[in-house]
Amino acid sequence: MKRTIIGLLAVTGLVLTLLPSILVFMGNISGQTQKLLMLVGMVLWFAIAPFWIKKQEEPV
Amino acid sequence: MLFDKLTARLESVQEYEKEPVPVSKLKRWTSFLGMYAGEHTAGTEFVIGPLFVAHGVSAGALVLGLLIGNLLAVLSWAFLCAPIAVKERITLYYKLEKICGKNLTIAYNLVNALMFCFLAGSMIAVSASAVGIPFDIPMAKLTDWLPGSISWVIIVMIVGAVTTLIATLGYEQVSRFANIAAPWMILVFIAAAIAVLPELGVTSFSDFWSVAQAKVWTGTPLAGQSKFTFWHVMFFAWFCNMAMHIGMADLSIFRYAKSWKSGFTSAAGMYVGHYFAWLASGILYAVFLQKSQNSLEFAPGPIAYYAAGITGAVCVIIAGWTTANPTIYRAGLAIQAIIPNSKTWKVTLIVGLITTAAACFPALVMRLLDFVALYGLLLMPMGAVIFIDFYILPKLGLKSNLAEQTGQKVNWAAAGTWVFTLVFCLLLNYSFGVEIFFLGLPGWFVAVLLYIALSYLVQPSRKLKAKMS
Repeated sequence: MKRTIIGLLAVTGLVLTLLPSILVFMGNISGQTQKLLMLVGMVLWFAIAPFWIKKQEEPV
Repeated sequence: MLFDKLTARLESVQEYEKEPVPVSKLKRWTSFLGMYAGEHTAGTEFVIGPLFVAHGVSAGALVLGLLIGNLLAVLSWAFLCAPIAVKERITLYYKLEKICGKNLTIAYNLVNALMFCFLAGSMIAVSASAVGIPFDIPMAKLTDWLPGSISWVIIVMIVGAVTTLIATLGYEQVSRFANIAAPWMILVFIAAAIAVLPELGVTSFSDFWSVAQAKVWTGTPLAGQSKFTFWHVMFFAWFCNMAMHIGMADLSIFRYAKSWKSGFTSAAGMYVGHYFAWLASGILYAVFLQKSQNSLEFAPGPIAYYAAGITGAVCVIIAGWTTANPTIYRAGLAIQAIIPNSKTWKVTLIVGLITTAAACFPALVMRLLDFVALYGLLLMPMGAVIFIDFYILPKLGLKSNLAEQTGQKVNWAAAGTWVFTLVFCLLLNYSFGVEIFFLGLPGWFVAVLLYIALSYLVQPSRKLKAKMS
């Protein structure tokens, strides 16, 4: 369960890195919001990914 | 004391440098997939993509040139480097020592270390261009060779000092951090490019190609830049990692592979980093050019910051830093091989200082394409020597691994091959005006012929040959 949550959060970080740009391209959000969301994505990824990648490396 | 502890930890890492990698340590192809994707999406990509735009590559030439050039690079890894790596399972340096002798390997290490210093220097400069954003320092121009301001030198010195310090203290942690950053960096490259597309006039995917031709890869070089064609792009994509595949540096990587087919995993690096990242950074640069009315200023940091905000700037810093850091460390190891009793951290510190000094000169970034081509070209002849020594010499009744068998410190056939190949390439360049990007291919064939011919001349007498066989 813990592993799933960590995985979900890490993937959310990556989604927040890419998705806002697609939304800007489609005219759904402003550039300001896109940059803010990308920043949140970056913080989330670097905060969670080390644990997620470590978990993936551990034997099941 | 702290340094000694950390050095002891580094030295305790078993890398099988003088022995074949044991079967228990072999890795599946998936391990190489991630490694190549990460290693080839780096700080250099923020420079190479824009430089193609500056050199007036047309959209068709770029897309096709990268497609074919990257394919040739993948095939070079898969068919030239990986098969030898999995049969020998030793590092490039040990293989060179066996063929070329200790002294010639030292010369190779010295050239390699110098090239690593310059490469790391350019990456420190890339990071510094992002670190300098809050201080509004004047950025270098495409035509600049010398540092333009004191504030630029100070920022470079600070970034260089931090990078060197970290390289000195903990390579392992940086490598782990680079692995974590890799997938995120790839997405930032792509995201930043998508976000700025509307500014170029792309409002739907069907607009992309016409805008790419008219506003990004227009086929017209910027003022003072030479014109690049399909051939430039193809040969650059093929040879920018020449030292690694044809030059055989990645013997050290693929010696851990279960099968030579792992060589094909290099496609992850080529088609993610050297395709999408180059295209993406080219798009970012085109927006900058449009905004600045073709300004000659060239700074990856502000360009990425404009497209992706703080995330873009951080991405440039991390991309430059995670490339510079292991490169400084590798340069240190290459020097340490020359002076075996020296301490790793001391050598790394000295290498870092040289690198930081080099980073102050914008020429290193502005001429990165030429430098990368030169780097591959300088080390390529040794790759040809290894290839011929492994496959052809035994079939001709000549001995492989001559230095190991005779105890020679210099295999003069290999030394001659290296020097005369480079002289031949220099002549092609100076006398016939052949550009550096195109020298690798004829150079490789010349190296092959030279090594066979010189081996016949240099190898011990037939009596000794018979004794050895």
